[in-house]
Amino acid sequence: MTDREGIAVRREAIVPEWVERSRGSLLGPGPALALFGVAAALFFAGAQWYGLTTLPARDMGDLQKILYVHVPSAWIAFLSFFAVLVAGVWYLSTRSESADRLGASAAEVGTLLNGLVLAQGMIWAKPTWGVWWTWDARLTSTLVLFLVFASYLTLRALVDDRERRARWSAIVGILGALGVPVVYMSVRWWRTLHQVQSTPSTMDPSFALGLRLNAFALLFVGAYLVLLRRRVARVEAAVEAIEDERALNAEATRVR
Amino acid sequence: MISVTPPVPAAPKPLRALALRGVARRFERNWALRGVDLDVAPGEAVALAGPNGSGKTTLLRVAATLLRPTRGGGAVFGHDLVADAEAARARVGLLAHRTGLYEDLTPFQNLAFASRMLGLGLDRPRIDAMLERVALSDAAHRRVRGLSSGMRRRLALGRLLLAPPALLLLDEPFASFDAAGLELLESVARDVSAGGGSVLVATHDLERAARIVDRTVWLEEGRIAARPEAEGASPGVPRLVGR
Amino acid sequence: MRAPPSGVVGPLASAPRAERRVGESTRVLALAWKDVLVEARTRANFGAVVAFAALMLVLFGFALGPDQEALTQAAAGVLWITVIFSSVLAFGRAYQFELEDGALDVLLLYPGDRRSLFLGKFLGALAFVLAVEAAVVPMAGVLYRLPILGALGRLVPILALGTVGVVALGTFYAGMASRVRAREVLLPLLLFPMLAPLVIAAVKGTHVALVGDPVAAQVNWLGLLAGFDAIFLAAAYLLFGAVLED
Repeated sequence: MTDREGIAVRREAIVPEWVERSRGSLLGPGPALALFGVAAALFFAGAQWYGLTTLPARDMGDLQKILYVHVPSAWIAFLSFFAVLVAGVWYLSTRSESADRLGASAAEVGTLLNGLVLAQGMIWAKPTWGVWWTWDARLTSTLVLFLVFASYLTLRALVDDRERRARWSAIVGILGALGVPVVYMSVRWWRTLHQVQSTPSTMDPSFALGLRLNAFALLFVGAYLVLLRRRVARVEAAVEAIEDERALNAEATRVR
Repeated sequence: MISVTPPVPAAPKPLRALALRGVARRFERNWALRGVDLDVAPGEAVALAGPNGSGKTTLLRVAATLLRPTRGGGAVFGHDLVADAEAARARVGLLAHRTGLYEDLTPFQNLAFASRMLGLGLDRPRIDAMLERVALSDAAHRRVRGLSSGMRRRLALGRLLLAPPALLLLDEPFASFDAAGLELLESVARDVSAGGGSVLVATHDLERAARIVDRTVWLEEGRIAARPEAEGASPGVPRLVGR
Repeated sequence: MRAPPSGVVGPLASAPRAERRVGESTRVLALAWKDVLVEARTRANFGAVVAFAALMLVLFGFALGPDQEALTQAAAGVLWITVIFSSVLAFGRAYQFELEDGALDVLLLYPGDRRSLFLGKFLGALAFVLAVEAAVVPMAGVLYRLPILGALGRLVPILALGTVGVVALGTFYAGMASRVRAREVLLPLLLFPMLAPLVIAAVKGTHVALVGDPVAAQVNWLGLLAGFDAIFLAAAYLLFGAVLED
């Protein structure tokens, strides 16, 4: 908005209206989110029940069923980092704090999922190959991505100034997300030269339904976690905004 | 949510050298500036006075486009500080408290670098003339590390003058200039105002400032304070009125 | 008191400080040259970084040897890790001069595109790291028994492209890390994961060039490096404005 003389002036909303609306409500602002969470959890449980009770295919033992969760988790983590990229570009174009909160939430959830992917990979590898780790293409790429976004989170923890933190997070997130395909490609080329243990291809059709179910289940669970984390961030921002206003308007009373 | 919209072309108004509206700037959790309105007309020289920590340096840095205002906005000769920052920056010169010189290079090399960065290329005669003007010709090829602080300040001033700015911002200049430098500074400030440019000086030393400024603005805890006596007076014990 | 101001906007007022006579490339080169000049004046720094790199080669030798064959096989990896760690020292210093005494503010106030500052810093740091490599690669050749001279034609492109990638990202991240507390740890934390693809390609490519590996030779490591450099140099250039803004 501009003042009378045409000088552009920045204004901030102080307390978002959704916070105002939610005062006194039992489930907090937007019971919709809580219901979504419950639904996502049920769907996820259902997908696991399906996976565990269906008959294993010929060349799969029960252990292979961990792949039902392992592979889609990687996909959804991927998606989260894509969301970080989008949020970063959005922030740099508009300087919208919403974008920053969304990006940070997506990065946290993505990193969490990535960590789970690594753990699941190791859990699968030990009984199968007798080792905790193989420098398999997918697992190694996931590890690198985990480190990239862990550094994103470290950066956020080290920068206290709000605007600078948001700006730099957007930048680091964009670069990190750009690195995703590059990392995958280079690790795959690195690995193709050595045909050693790797997680099996998931091309078997009987696999497909299990994968798809879990993909959607994890998508919903992931989305719920991102929205939940974002809500926490919004509440924190609202509190900070109120404190800021108070600090800004503190009367100067010194008499020299 | 922060929204920034480009300025709407307004009806012809007197062009101000510097116009600040409700400028507030936050660093982490504390506010250095709390809503400052300031106008500096072309040809005017204004002193910005106030105790340490009142936000003078922050104000100058916002005017120089080194810092974006957290709230509010401003313009230098009509160029918005955020939306049109490059144009605003092209009209501003800041002589800061820290000189920002390269210690291991010589004055000549420092000026040569500045000259190139200003887009003037390596103009030897111009650089030599500037060194002459700031009385550093003798030391032109000694490392800055070995120069006195007065000499360094003069070099910093010389660097600024390679391309004289329309809006000259001075941050506590009287503190560490030597006698020769102070005379130079005063003549520079007068030249700038005479040429239609403007000067904004942040300072404690109101007596010195009185020699070059038309009026004084008081900054206290990030706000412009109203003072009953406003013209280069000796520091009394004024009551402070909040904004 | 002075005479009251005329209020007239004179010729000096409202005009930009200097009519631009030269383009951005001159500013880029000016900044790069200034960095080179400053480094050349403080010679001690170059020597220290080279000494650090030499120490790394020696320590790796102890860690992986004494079997000469094992060392030669590991040499490409050792070389690149050494280059990367030594470069990290250089990147911090590229900004140290600017942060001391507020020189960064002065840089930010020059009219013109702020992204040129990135290119200038990048070129300056690149010159420094390449100079360090010129000293370190022969040392590695001796210690690890590598046919450097014979393989020079194949080696130089890999070294060049790999170094460009390391320096581009390093200079970029250092622009942020140097202004934050815990800067010594933050720079590697941000930089190293992003360098994973580069390490893979550079090491494999160097290994193929120096020691030979028919299987690995089938992959176009140089192409991968070129692609990596192109993507990240462009991204870093475009994003640097937002790094410096405050």
